[in-house]
Amino acid sequence: MRDVAVISFAASAVERDDLQNEVEMLTPVIHEAVGNSGIERTEIGFTCSGSLDYMQGGPFAFVLGLDAVGAWPPIRESHVEADAAWALYEAWVAIQIGEVDSALVYGFGKSSSSDIYEVMSMQYDPYYMLPLWPSMIDVAALQARDYMESSGRTERDFAEVASRSLGNAKSTPYAISARDASVEELLGAPMVNDPLRAHDIFKPCDGAAAVVLAAGDLARSVCARPAWIRGIDHRIEPHALGVRDLSISVSTKDAAQRAGAGKDKIDVAELHAQFSSEELILRDAIGVNGNTRVNPSGGALAANPIMAAGLIRIGEVAKRITAGEADRGLAHATSGPCMQQNLVCVLEGE
Amino acid sequence: MAAERCAVVGVGQTRHRSARKDVSMAGLVREAAVEALEDAGMTWSDIDALVVGKAPDMFEGIAMPELYLADALGAVGKPMIRVHTAGSVGGSTAIVAAKLVEAGVHERVLTVAFEKQSESNATWGLSVPMPFAPPLVAGAGGYFAPLIRAYISRSGAPRHIGHLVAVKDRRAALRNPKAHLHLPDIDLKMVEESFLLWDPLRYLDTCPSSDGAMAMVLGSERVADASAGPVAWVHGMALRSEPTMFAGRDQINPQAGRDCAQDLYRQAGITDPRRDFDCAEVYVPFSWYEPMWLENLGFCELGEGWKLTEAGATGPDGDIPWNMSGGVLSSNPIGASGMVRFGEAAQQVRRRAGDYQVELKTGKALGHAYGGGSQFFSMWVVGSDKPQ
Repeated sequence: MRDVAVISFAASAVERDDLQNEVEMLTPVIHEAVGNSGIERTEIGFTCSGSLDYMQGGPFAFVLGLDAVGAWPPIRESHVEADAAWALYEAWVAIQIGEVDSALVYGFGKSSSSDIYEVMSMQYDPYYMLPLWPSMIDVAALQARDYMESSGRTERDFAEVASRSLGNAKSTPYAISARDASVEELLGAPMVNDPLRAHDIFKPCDGAAAVVLAAGDLARSVCARPAWIRGIDHRIEPHALGVRDLSISVSTKDAAQRAGAGKDKIDVAELHAQFSSEELILRDAIGVNGNTRVNPSGGALAANPIMAAGLIRIGEVAKRITAGEADRGLAHATSGPCMQQNLVCVLEGE
Repeated sequence: MAAERCAVVGVGQTRHRSARKDVSMAGLVREAAVEALEDAGMTWSDIDALVVGKAPDMFEGIAMPELYLADALGAVGKPMIRVHTAGSVGGSTAIVAAKLVEAGVHERVLTVAFEKQSESNATWGLSVPMPFAPPLVAGAGGYFAPLIRAYISRSGAPRHIGHLVAVKDRRAALRNPKAHLHLPDIDLKMVEESFLLWDPLRYLDTCPSSDGAMAMVLGSERVADASAGPVAWVHGMALRSEPTMFAGRDQINPQAGRDCAQDLYRQAGITDPRRDFDCAEVYVPFSWYEPMWLENLGFCELGEGWKLTEAGATGPDGDIPWNMSGGVLSSNPIGASGMVRFGEAAQQVRRRAGDYQVELKTGKALGHAYGGGSQFFSMWVVGSDKPQ
């Protein structure tokens, strides 16, 4: 396979921004990522984005999003209706063919336009599950309970994930939730949806992220230490919650193996866990041990701009490799109810 | 690194109807996918990965319905990608799938595009008023009619040209049992007397709203060489997009369309499309888009497209048949319509087009789709022979 690296990354998030539309939110992020890449906008070979019409409440969220790119003269461009981590996968494939050497990948979404926990329930099958309309939090609580019963973990384990994530988030500029909170303090809070408390649940936010990819010598010429994609894979599971074992993530495990996660140590892992319980399920699936720093950015509990948050995981790992803080890292992105679909990307410095 | 070769080894398509109440969404996509697998001589377990495409999810009222369709499409345990690039999506979905093969990532990819428009109303699904944006409660026809009027003004085309296309494509559909519209009595008078929707478009100048799905199995060179049936080799594919809000755009003859065709023709060795293609399946949702795209795609000089249409050059017996299957004017499940064009082009070069098969001379056909405000383009060239 052709060597492809992340050479630039930018992200932003705010709790809610009623005064900016998606294009206004996206423009500075794209300009920052492209501006820092060392590649001229007009030289970028391919562009691919991820967004969700149902977040905007309109039929073509990505169409106007393209206005933030500067698509003139016309560009080679595509879009996935999914987290932009899958757009990055599509861009990585396009670079493999050799027709292009670089790509801009971006994702965006405004959760504040709606009750996002309810709107994401529009993903359920329309015949059996959707009429019951369980929210994201409802099914995450079911999953957390299932995990507790099969693993012996407790609410304290969830609170430990939250405490570490919120503390780590203090150094993440776009974090929505960041504070020092002891496990005891967190466990004193009331249940939102048993066994989940507020700290176990991501807070809705508006945000965007962009990544620039480059191949081989181009990446080396513009970036002192590119973060090379050494393996990337994604897998999907059955849709119905009742036919899956929710306490494990077989698609994450499969994708991690195929991406070569276990071939060497993992210095840093960014896991797209929207609920603290999900981080533990993902750690088990990937086989993360105590030598790996998990979610140093605070993860999705710090900021979860839906449709960008998976791409942010890849960007955060790449950022630490480029900065020399890590040699090898793993990024994970998820999609669908109770982590139905999962992507794993392994990155390395040289 | 050179791209691996890729070929269409199986094609499947549903019957297109205004409302397929006999099937769920899952039943609809399976109907096309099963036919494509059978055509390829494969089963679900032979497939390495899936690429699913459709236009806005508001057409059915389900967000990312491919998640729920994963089981019906045999995707469990496999990679699945969902593409959405507006009206061009059927074409770009096929291109994303073909890229997985060309990149050497997978050898057998199932790609499916669908729309079940009877679940909602597509015209109003396209016209949701948005905050911060001027309301355009017009549907697609209301958007494109002014561009068509501008084309008429630029080219001096007589007013009946659109109606000629409307008749030609509906007559073609009579040879295609899967087409949605079958109007045996269609003639110029019937089109002229149908009611005016958006000047100059009359009711019969516009596409129907359909339920339907299209599927293809794409294979590597190794898979294609081992295929028992005929295959359609991919000779080139291209995507181009341009922004909506840009005063410098020529929306009547978009640069993105011209650039896309140029890139495509370079890859496939096409120098004179009218001569080098045996036929073309082109996204013509409103009759006037045939002459407009004839010019945009370089089949003739600027301002001459309507003359080809008027002379019958694009008819089934013309020198460059367009939309032998009946085209978008006869079946329009929006998210699938682009892939129907790509797949029908493949069927022609496989000699699998039944009663609407054209005579093959060069063995090459064009598949084309466009979307948004004439700003997203996806195209491919398929051929009977393996590319050199």
